Amino acid sequence: MFELLSYGDAGWGDEILRGLAITVQLAIVTLPVGLCLGFLAAFASLSRFGPLRALGFGYTTVMRGLPEILTLFVVYNGAGLLLSAVLRWWNPEAPPTDFSPFVAGVVALGMVFGAFAGEVLRGAFNSLDKGQVEAGRAIGMTDGQIFRRIQLPQLWRFALPGLGNLWINMLKDTALVSVIALDDLMRMTKVAVGVTKQPFTFYLLACLIYWTMCVLSELVLARMERRANRGIRRA
Amino acid sequence: MNPLEILIEYWPRLLDGALMTLKLTFLGALIAGLVSPGFALIRAHATPLVQAPLRLYVSFMRGTPILAQLFLIFYGSGQFRPELEELGLWTFFRDPFNCALLAFALNSTAYQTEILRGGIMGVPQGEIEAARAIGMSRLKTLRRVVFPHAYRIAWPALGNEVILLMKASALASVVTVFDVMGRTRQVFSRTFDFSIYLWAALIYLCITAAFVLIWRRVERRLSRHIEPHGTPRAAAPTLKGSQA
Repeated sequence: MFELLSYGDAGWGDEILRGLAITVQLAIVTLPVGLCLGFLAAFASLSRFGPLRALGFGYTTVMRGLPEILTLFVVYNGAGLLLSAVLRWWNPEAPPTDFSPFVAGVVALGMVFGAFAGEVLRGAFNSLDKGQVEAGRAIGMTDGQIFRRIQLPQLWRFALPGLGNLWINMLKDTALVSVIALDDLMRMTKVAVGVTKQPFTFYLLACLIYWTMCVLSELVLARMERRANRGIRRA
Repeated sequence: MNPLEILIEYWPRLLDGALMTLKLTFLGALIAGLVSPGFALIRAHATPLVQAPLRLYVSFMRGTPILAQLFLIFYGSGQFRPELEELGLWTFFRDPFNCALLAFALNSTAYQTEILRGGIMGVPQGEIEAARAIGMSRLKTLRRVVFPHAYRIAWPALGNEVILLMKASALASVVTVFDVMGRTRQVFSRTFDFSIYLWAALIYLCITAAFVLIWRRVERRLSRHIEPHGTPRAAAPTLKGSQA
């Protein structure tokens, strides 16, 4: 069994590690995209401007209600159709092009992450002490300064547990991109299964790898939470 | 074709898919709902050694993608075909619907167990002591005092879990179960008409919305003895990690 997992031509160790690298890249690239969308969604839902608030509410509600795999297909196929249409408008003889599965994965997972993160960040904003904002205003800080110097540093502490959960969910959701033919961990496992005819062994291995990543993430997150809460007296 | 024509042409398929999605979600949640109370009791009260396998199970289910769990059951069972045939279980594992249902039920059991454990631990100790004091047996205390209150605490989180399960059920389409997602992909591969995805999204949103309304109504009924209708109530304590 071990020669199956070894490096080189005989084993599948290197292929699976390559898949793992894609999975990790995808998750790491998606994180900032999702966080930015999450901040935009949170600002929109906290805005004083009604239509913007409705937009924020609509985005977070719809995105959280749809299966992630549907979002992925909407982005992948939809963007592909759009891209082809634009290219054909520009150059009628252009061949039909496919949207890059990696980019589609980043956009779709980022949109899902952003919707959930929007709710987490909104909650964190609301748990900030209102008096501090008023105090900032009283000593003449601008809104930008209040956000940067008072709200943002504390936001982190309130939002971290929720964002940590979202990170772990997103890490697991990256497995979905194997369905749109991106060579991530899941898909390389599938390739290995196709050749070796050992589905249980390889899918179990994939599960163990995902499990390890999640447990490691939990450990790091617990440490980050401890660090974020240093200097705060426990109630 | 415009979106309405697509809907008129393909609505029977979408309806068929919606019924399949509902069936998968309902049965999965039901099986998990029947198993989880026992597990939750063990997680809340048993000694650490007894809990260990259960903790491992829950951690595994929460730490791996549902898609991987589904593949492990559906494709992985093929590796043990001779053994399964001998046991007469092969016909069960050959059917993608059964495998999907098993995967979702196992996954949801883990989440529901943790949610319900939180509920059980949230029941005030005084209530249990009071039940003891008036001479209720252990079993009766569980049935009349602990579980009714634990479910009331856990209800909103359990609702979230059922919605997550409904969303996860779309993964069954990957192993050729024709739920909403499966039907949608089938229609798209035939027509290349994007609007079918929008109709699918609408179906999922409608299912979620209807479910939320029903769940809230039951929640009100579960706590009808506490406060009158119409008054805003403090949200139940959220459980850390109930979303993970």
